Amino acid sequence: MAIVDFIVQNQLPMQVVPPDWPGGYWWHWLFFTVVLIGFVLIMVMGVIYVERRGLGRMQSRLGPNRTGPFGLLQAVADAVKVLLKENIVPDKADKLVHWLAPVVAFVPVLMIFAVVPFQNGALLADLNIGILYVVAISSVATVGVFMAGWGSSNKYSLLGAMRNVAAVVSYEMPLVLAVLGVVLVAGSLSMNQIVLAQDIPYILFQPLGFLIFFAAGCAEINRSPFDLMEADQELVAGFHIEYSGMKFAMFYLVEYAEAIAIAAIITTLFLGGWRGPILPPWLWFIVKVIIVFFVMVWTRATFPRVRIDQLMALAWKFLFPLALINLFVTAIQVLVWPDALPWIVIIINFAIMGILILLWSKFFKLGWGRLEV
Amino acid sequence: MTTTEMMTLKTEPFVLNFGPVHPSTHGVYRMRATLDGEVILDIEPVVGYLHRGIEKLAEERTYSGFIPLTDRLDYISPMSNNLGYCLAVEKLAGIKVPERAEYLRVIMAELQRLANHCIAIGSFLNDTGAYYTPFMYAFREREKIIDLFDMVCGQRLTYNYMRIGGVSQDIPDEFLPALKKIVEGMSRWIDEYDFLLMQNEILLARTKGVGVLPRETAINCGISGPVARGSGVNWDLRKADPYSIYDRFEFDIPLGETGDCYDRYRVRVEEMRQSLRIIKQAMNDIPAGPVRADVPHLVRPPAGEAYAHIEAPKGELGYYLVSDNSIAPYRCHIRPTSLINLTALREMVKGWKVADLIAIFGSIDITMGEVDR
Repeated sequence: MAIVDFIVQNQLPMQVVPPDWPGGYWWHWLFFTVVLIGFVLIMVMGVIYVERRGLGRMQSRLGPNRTGPFGLLQAVADAVKVLLKENIVPDKADKLVHWLAPVVAFVPVLMIFAVVPFQNGALLADLNIGILYVVAISSVATVGVFMAGWGSSNKYSLLGAMRNVAAVVSYEMPLVLAVLGVVLVAGSLSMNQIVLAQDIPYILFQPLGFLIFFAAGCAEINRSPFDLMEADQELVAGFHIEYSGMKFAMFYLVEYAEAIAIAAIITTLFLGGWRGPILPPWLWFIVKVIIVFFVMVWTRATFPRVRIDQLMALAWKFLFPLALINLFVTAIQVLVWPDALPWIVIIINFAIMGILILLWSKFFKLGWGRLEV
Repeated sequence: MTTTEMMTLKTEPFVLNFGPVHPSTHGVYRMRATLDGEVILDIEPVVGYLHRGIEKLAEERTYSGFIPLTDRLDYISPMSNNLGYCLAVEKLAGIKVPERAEYLRVIMAELQRLANHCIAIGSFLNDTGAYYTPFMYAFREREKIIDLFDMVCGQRLTYNYMRIGGVSQDIPDEFLPALKKIVEGMSRWIDEYDFLLMQNEILLARTKGVGVLPRETAINCGISGPVARGSGVNWDLRKADPYSIYDRFEFDIPLGETGDCYDRYRVRVEEMRQSLRIIKQAMNDIPAGPVRADVPHLVRPPAGEAYAHIEAPKGELGYYLVSDNSIAPYRCHIRPTSLINLTALREMVKGWKVADLIAIFGSIDITMGEVDR
């Protein structure tokens, strides 16, 4: 507690090596690269366990419980299995594109973590445009997905990839607008500065922004109820239908790494990042990430899936206008009344959120229905 | 070329095979769908992947030897199949069934309807994309009914319980208390389920107004069961042409209004409630006595023909038997519910999206064992 307060008050960055160490920059780089890759891989295994056991509990079944204590090693067993599996490439596939796609999809997701602070200053690169970098990089994974869908030369995977591109392009707008609200309040684009500015978590200042970001984030990373890019009831597996072995595992990894990335960004932007009492900061960060991820699992166990036209309608007719209004309101608040008491702003913002959502749901209808053919 | 024509994107329809091996075809059904992007222009159903020649096999077996094969028709509801066949033979041979056996048959048939609708609702919701949660819940409830069947006949899937002139054996003493408990728990479960799903925004958006089957089309296609009643056709053989002892019970026939997926789903839920009503009445009135008429093992009905039809969970199930006064039927024809209900699929899905195709298909509730026989 005291240490955290000291670090926070003095704005001390976490130094891995002394700044005067020869080649200190490169040590820092190497250390965080290793940490990040290890973090992502281990967290993926962790969240797969959380998801499968959590879903199992919610669906009145057990979930994996045979491998290791409480089934903890199931992810390891699965990893070994996919490593040993045969790699099958369809005859008519575009071999190069098919081969490259998993890599193109995986690398950007890994790169997102470069600017996510695990504790104060503990991040690979404290870019002063951190969140802008995240927004820019995260959409690149879509290219990999589309390459997979196109390169497999399978109609199912092509349909899935087209859906993914459409969804990501549409949901980028509300996502970025929701982020802008946070940026206005924090007054900085750097992820670390945003966390440091959150004496009160921004989920209270920006409740509408949080909901929009969560929904749009779920749509970007194909989480239910927006998981129609790999809708197993319709498209069997969507874009990765023709992948097997390690390449399939890469997509599986991307899927969960993306989920962790979105959870990490939500944690950083809205939930106060690594800040919290008693526990060490990095543990707070991981706990919050897992809580956010658990909400995603919960959603997945609860809701049916929307249709593609409903997905687009939701982005453009519901989330986009609300995000614009949210940005507008936040801008006015920051400009006109910068030193208002926090609790007044919180009450006002929650009221605005309730009124807006109620109003919009009144005259917003999902879907267009049948086309005459 | 006008501006609008230039602006319009030129698209080309393509053919996509759904099935025979596909997660949502409920067996080995195949639809050759012509798609324009996501919109379905046309579908061409292909059946016959599960053809086993059951009608022909009937000619090779004795009358009672065919009962186990009827279990394999609609393997989701074997009790109803048993009942329909036994009624046909009894009609042909003029056999009177003892009172207690009639009551047992009604209880079993209605329990079977509950079990079938559990699967129908669960898999329909699964087809709309709810990730297995409703499915597992519905299966949990079905399991209890299966346990009851296990108690009376020792089987969990292919019961082979009905006999010509009655049922194979009397119920054990612990059956009625167990039944009472399950009936009470079941009505609570249905209410809970209703509450969870009726107001779900995504479910409403996905099913309301989707896949409308107009009343006239339903009648013209010979659709029966919940699908017809969802379109507002008041046709339930339990009332329209009472067989067994259904004229003694009080129950209502739930009807839909528009004939969309939502109405079909509602009708099934209401039918479950009505089935519980019938079971409660039958449970209280059940008399003591023999459970099987004095029928020889090798029934030799007089030469002639008979058609018996029952309201199976999926619709009208009919057995047409021709006898030449030998120990085996000369000809057996089965009026399959699922196949005839499937005929309207093409009209229902035209112009909808790929996701709707799966939802509409799921809302018809078919079993491939019955479609192909």
